[in-house]
Amino acid sequence: MGSVLGNQKTREIVFQAVVLSVVAALLIGMVMNTRASLEAQSLTTGFGFLERSTGWDFSFSVLPYSISDSYSKTILIGFLNTLLLGFLGISLATIIGVIIGLVRTSKNALFSMLGTVYVEIFRNVPLILQAIFWYSIVTQLPRPKSALSLGDSVFLSGRGLYFPVLNIAMWSVALMILLIIAWLFFLPWLRHKMNHSSSFFLIKRIGWILLPLILVLIGYLARTPDTPLLNMPALKGLNFKGGMRMPPELSALVIAIALYGGAYIGEVVRAGLMSVPKGQIEAGFVNGLKPLHIFSRIRLPLAIRAVLPSLTNQYVQLMKATTIGIVVGFSDLFMIISTSINQSGQTLELLAILMGGFLVINLSIAFVMNSINKKIAIKGYEVKS
Amino acid sequence: MTEASIALPPQTPFSQRIKKSLFATPLDCLLTLICAFFFTYIIYLFVDWAFLSSIWRADDEPLCKEAGGACWSVIDARHRIIFFGLFPFEEHWRSTLACAVMIVTFIASCVPWFWTTMKLSALWIAGFATFYILMHGGLFGLSVITPERWGGLALTLFIFAAVSIIGMPLSIVLALGRRSKLPVIAKMFGLFIDFFRSLPLLTILFTAAVITPFVLPGWLQGDKLYRVIVGFAIFFAAYQAENIRAGLQAIPSGQDEAGLTLGLNYMQRVTRIQLPQAFRNSLPAVVNQFVITFKETSIVTIVGFFEILASGSAAFGTGQWTVHYIEVYVFIGAIYFVFVFSLSRYGAYLERKLRVGHG
Repeated sequence: MGSVLGNQKTREIVFQAVVLSVVAALLIGMVMNTRASLEAQSLTTGFGFLERSTGWDFSFSVLPYSISDSYSKTILIGFLNTLLLGFLGISLATIIGVIIGLVRTSKNALFSMLGTVYVEIFRNVPLILQAIFWYSIVTQLPRPKSALSLGDSVFLSGRGLYFPVLNIAMWSVALMILLIIAWLFFLPWLRHKMNHSSSFFLIKRIGWILLPLILVLIGYLARTPDTPLLNMPALKGLNFKGGMRMPPELSALVIAIALYGGAYIGEVVRAGLMSVPKGQIEAGFVNGLKPLHIFSRIRLPLAIRAVLPSLTNQYVQLMKATTIGIVVGFSDLFMIISTSINQSGQTLELLAILMGGFLVINLSIAFVMNSINKKIAIKGYEVKS
Repeated sequence: MTEASIALPPQTPFSQRIKKSLFATPLDCLLTLICAFFFTYIIYLFVDWAFLSSIWRADDEPLCKEAGGACWSVIDARHRIIFFGLFPFEEHWRSTLACAVMIVTFIASCVPWFWTTMKLSALWIAGFATFYILMHGGLFGLSVITPERWGGLALTLFIFAAVSIIGMPLSIVLALGRRSKLPVIAKMFGLFIDFFRSLPLLTILFTAAVITPFVLPGWLQGDKLYRVIVGFAIFFAAYQAENIRAGLQAIPSGQDEAGLTLGLNYMQRVTRIQLPQAFRNSLPAVVNQFVITFKETSIVTIVGFFEILASGSAAFGTGQWTVHYIEVYVFIGAIYFVFVFSLSRYGAYLERKLRVGHG
């Protein structure tokens, strides 16, 4: 028996070694072949091109840019654009999803049918078709001259959505966002450290009062000198000047991702709400809680715990779906990379950057969501998802 | 089973059920009324736009503006571009027949009678071969039409079918590989699956279309369409493998051990014990992956293929039709909806049926 077992083990090790070497040989072969074909086309490899200036224009950027910017800055802009699109799309999709989930779990049959119809329509048509559809609608809006306006400060036209912004420097906005994130991470740490003592709540309250004051102070210090506080968009000639512009490409993609993602997230939320055991709700009734409290104290907290893993999954999917932005010409990471490939010919390096970028985004989403999941888990109580 | 559990529960009368689900409280009544009004209004708007004030014949296009509804003339005039793309005009019947064959194959594979490895493979190979011969020609006196000229619905169905045919067997291999007891194999397959799952489909298609010529020697490259299909199939398989793996993990270990004690070898245990149960467990998720894949075939537009979405955009690209983009998008959306909705309803039906089976 012993010898047979030994035999089996040896066989397994030999088999794995063979498979491993075959895979390694394949990979080496691919690398050699790549080298050969790159040399044949006399292309250079390496990341040196990142410092060269691009010389081409693209549609949208969150940072100020020019066509003489380097490839590395252009790629960073693409990355930020993807993040912005993903953030806007996913936030709206979550809001729509929660509403749809609630509507679908309503006891009123006709009302819940409203949610069902929504989900079936938006989930069963490809996202890319929806994006093109909304893009053609958004670009057919009236010209700037006859734009729809809201109190003469927000304008909606075929050229995009214009709205007023504060006249403050870019770096201060980044600083404010960092501060808020730092504060939100600091709170749970402090709570853990101070073990829910009363001085913790005092610090928490003071912090919440101080935070907006600090933000306002930063904004005041970072004001562009000699300008009014608000930068208002105004019609000058054929187009708007001033303010912030949300281009139709971005609007169309945000609408499409929000509606499509909302249908999927709605299903996730519904499943979460339905997974709350009946006994929990009945226990709430027995204890004399009002329906509103049963929802806010029992159903919702338990449902959130049940949906977090599948919600993470949806977020990652939606983030990956932002790559379809190229069909309407939104300069997201994918479009910037593919234009760079056409222009510079550094195909492999740029593709590696693209994949690396998505890996970073997706791993970050997973990390944040898993941390939340761990934080709010109730010990000894597992909801079935 | 005891006598008591066989007896049916008392049925609530229809009127009471309606009352409970629509008019339980005064607030509910109000909600029902608002919803009813809303539904009626939306349906009225749609019916008016699509049917009552719409124009149907291509020659009547000038009347569209006045009618105010949908201008289906664009579909009447350009439907051949939408359905067939650049396929030669006089051979359109071949494309139509090929699509019909493929759709029949899809429907047939939803019938449980076909659910054995032999029957299902035979069905798909026959269906796919018929489709390919009809489209490509070169046999039975049909003229040769190369894949560059395929387009429209036929190309969408071809990509979907080819991805399924390559992807399904591959996904089983990947799932089994990841569950292997040999650590190196399991790690390697795990890495492979996770790598492809972490990337957007578009980057994979793009890599397949643009990068593969660098990486693979010339004799292995093949046509761009086939490279994209293989890339798509690997992506599909990576997702499907995780569904199947979930199904495999749900099988009680006693099942496999029973096979071992009966002296079955690995292949026998996999094909007779593990896979049948794994598919039964994961069927809803597997069907759902097909649903997603059908929608995702639209992404190949971006790497330059003329499937139904791209050919639709071409249909209103010229002349007086440019203003009628909404009709074309609604039409294409409806085509996708028919396929995707029926597939997802079928998935939901399977889920219900299987749940009953488990008790």
